Amino acid sequence: MSQPPAAEFINVTKAFGPVEVLHGVSVAIAAGEVHALIGENGAGKSTLMKILGGYQPPTTGEVQVSGQPVHFRSSRDAEARGVVLIHQEFNLADDLSVAQNVFLGRELGGLLLNDAAMNAEAHAALSRLSVPIDPRSKVRDLSVPQKQLVEIAKALARDARVLIMDEPTASLTVRETEVLFDLIRNLRAQGVTILYISHKLEEVKALADTVTVLRDGLVVSSGPASELTPHEMANRMVGRELEDMFPPKGQPGERELLHVEQLSVPGWAQDIRFTLHAGEVLGFAGLVGSGRTELFEGLLGLRPRTLGQVRLAGKAVRLRSPGDAARAGLVYLSEDRKGKGLLVDFKLRPNLTLTTLQHYARPLLDIGAEQRALERAAKDYGIRSGRLDVEARLLSGGNQQKLALARILEADPQVIVLDEPTRGVDVGAKREIYLLIDRLAQSGKGVIVISSELNELLGLSQRLLVVREGRIVGELSGAEMSEQEVIQYATGLKAAPSHTTPSILESA
Amino acid sequence: MTTQPGEAQVTPRPSALARLGSLGPLLGLGALMIVATLLNPDFLTLSNLSNVLTRAAFIGIIAVGATFVIISGGIDLSVGSMAALIAGSMILIMNAVSPGVGTFGIIALGMLCALLIGAGAGLLHGTVITRGRIEPFIVTLGTLGIFRSVLTYLSQGGSISLGNDLSDAYSPVFYGKLLGIPIPILVFAAVALLGGLILNRTRYGRYVQATGSNEQVARYAAVNVTQVKIITYVIQGLCVALATLLYVPRLGSASPSTGLLWELEAIAAVIIGGTALKGGSGRIWGTVVGAILLVTIENVLNLTSIISVYLNAAVQGVVIIIVAFMQRGKKVG
Repeated sequence: MSQPPAAEFINVTKAFGPVEVLHGVSVAIAAGEVHALIGENGAGKSTLMKILGGYQPPTTGEVQVSGQPVHFRSSRDAEARGVVLIHQEFNLADDLSVAQNVFLGRELGGLLLNDAAMNAEAHAALSRLSVPIDPRSKVRDLSVPQKQLVEIAKALARDARVLIMDEPTASLTVRETEVLFDLIRNLRAQGVTILYISHKLEEVKALADTVTVLRDGLVVSSGPASELTPHEMANRMVGRELEDMFPPKGQPGERELLHVEQLSVPGWAQDIRFTLHAGEVLGFAGLVGSGRTELFEGLLGLRPRTLGQVRLAGKAVRLRSPGDAARAGLVYLSEDRKGKGLLVDFKLRPNLTLTTLQHYARPLLDIGAEQRALERAAKDYGIRSGRLDVEARLLSGGNQQKLALARILEADPQVIVLDEPTRGVDVGAKREIYLLIDRLAQSGKGVIVISSELNELLGLSQRLLVVREGRIVGELSGAEMSEQEVIQYATGLKAAPSHTTPSILESA
Repeated sequence: MTTQPGEAQVTPRPSALARLGSLGPLLGLGALMIVATLLNPDFLTLSNLSNVLTRAAFIGIIAVGATFVIISGGIDLSVGSMAALIAGSMILIMNAVSPGVGTFGIIALGMLCALLIGAGAGLLHGTVITRGRIEPFIVTLGTLGIFRSVLTYLSQGGSISLGNDLSDAYSPVFYGKLLGIPIPILVFAAVALLGGLILNRTRYGRYVQATGSNEQVARYAAVNVTQVKIITYVIQGLCVALATLLYVPRLGSASPSTGLLWELEAIAAVIIGGTALKGGSGRIWGTVVGAILLVTIENVLNLTSIISVYLNAAVQGVVIIIVAFMQRGKKVG
């Protein structure tokens, strides 16, 4: 242990106004390790990493990098010392090329830019990651995982010695996650220290050398990852014994709730047909980019599509817009909470009632009734907020998601499509959402869950449809539902025998 | 960021300063009126105040419509040209109608035509912007030129005047008073109240705000965004028509310089009033104050000799920039 830690927090506190969110945190991150930082939303992980990344100064206490005290005033200061924070939401200029992004703010060349040199160096940084991306391609044209790799390349091109990654796998599929993990291990072998923030405890277990658990602004424990199971990590995060994450699965009913035939979304999905029953939780598995989200956006008329037939509760319906769908009893929760789900600058009340505003118009809006609806929803869905008259952006991820769920359920739908319902949500809120999904199914509604977290799909759904390149390639239920099976279908190693496909999928 | 510092526990109350800041336009107007009175006691006379408010009514009514457009995330640059075109067309129509209809009937018909042209222009804007997917800035920049040049063509570069009899019969709409209050002020008040009611207390108003705050979210939440946007431009067109039909009896004519730069004053009134140019949030009362503030500046320059009235637009411009500067911090959050 002759080498000083790559980074160390010594008795760091952080207060926002009168509220202290870190109460004396001391953690050492050894050089060349993968150090996972876990904790529920609000535990202080983000604050801690922003302090190290130079985005916020600590209120008291000291931060050291390679054994020397540092006082970062900005992320540039931190970068100069080799500490780079990769945000969960990418900091890339979509209209610039990969190389232009990698060198953004420190372009090569004098009066005129030296594009050739920048392209060559960006190429070198990308090859170091064994990533086949042309440095001249525009970031806009890259997939989400590719953008992530560009972020990492950008950090490496800045000589990052300490890389802080905030939930890097939040939007990656199993296979992409594996690629990223190989990359992280590769970086570790090259001596890069990685501070890894994640909600996915299995990943932490698989990847990290050391795990630090934060709860309510304090370090609960910090030690080798090999000594903790994911279950123990979860228990330490919430400070109590967690029950099983998933409620026992109910029995789906016989009644057909939703039947979709010949749905095609150009460029995304072809000839989709499926049936959902009352009381059923139907999972849609597949890689990111396999077309699951686009399929349902097409179904709701949010994208150009062709549609054979849709029956909702036995009746043929026309779905030209989300409004049509809501009236027919079909609602959709977007995976993109901030971009498509919530009006983050609006207060909770108008967010809750946006889809069902007709119930409050008499013809002037009855604000009092809206407020009562909010109070009821806060109680029913466990939306925790100190005060209810705040903007949605002030809620934590989990509470925002509960609010978004409450909105679509206000319409009293029959069929509920949930796209990544637990993305960016902490363990406690996750379980509440699982229980809610179960309650909805128990009450006879049909729930469709799209998720990139396989254990979530396996734990919740009674039946799974696997989508690959815009087609439903497999249907699994009961004992067939296993991680291996799903991955084989999702990656194209296995395909449903063509002669049986129609009959299986038309199970109504 | 998924984690807000301290999350559920920390839900800060708007600070005293922020609450004061939201009253900024009103405080600014108050300060300006005090200064104006100190410089020239004539400012605070009833006749001068009534004059200020009457003049503010035109810009104010248009600006109420602009508030809807801007909150929904759009912009309408054509309102000044639209006012000129409506004024000219209205006069031509009224002059062309046979006197047999009766003076009252002709005026009513002229007003109806004005409103129809305004609504039609708004419908055209809204449809091209939404269905044609063209930036509102471009569309209304185009019609800004089109409307004014059509009026110039109709007037052959000169002015279009209302016949003498009609002019006399129509003039009470501008010069008349009800309960001692000039009619334009009453109409302005009614438009502002109705606008505030629609914006804050109806479904449509909520949809306008939601659309401006995040169009995608509104769309996904089953709001008919296209319809919401088209209607904002129709409201704008109706407001322009209403302002114009109050304005026509003032001079009894329309010329290529009618309504020149009104779009700037209307948009400025909206912004001074605290509505965000990027959309999503705004308030009608702020717009009303903004319109009055702009006219007051001109009035003060007229009454005093410290700054030449020729520099009116410059002073207004400085005020707009100062207001924007003061509002800058609030929005970043």
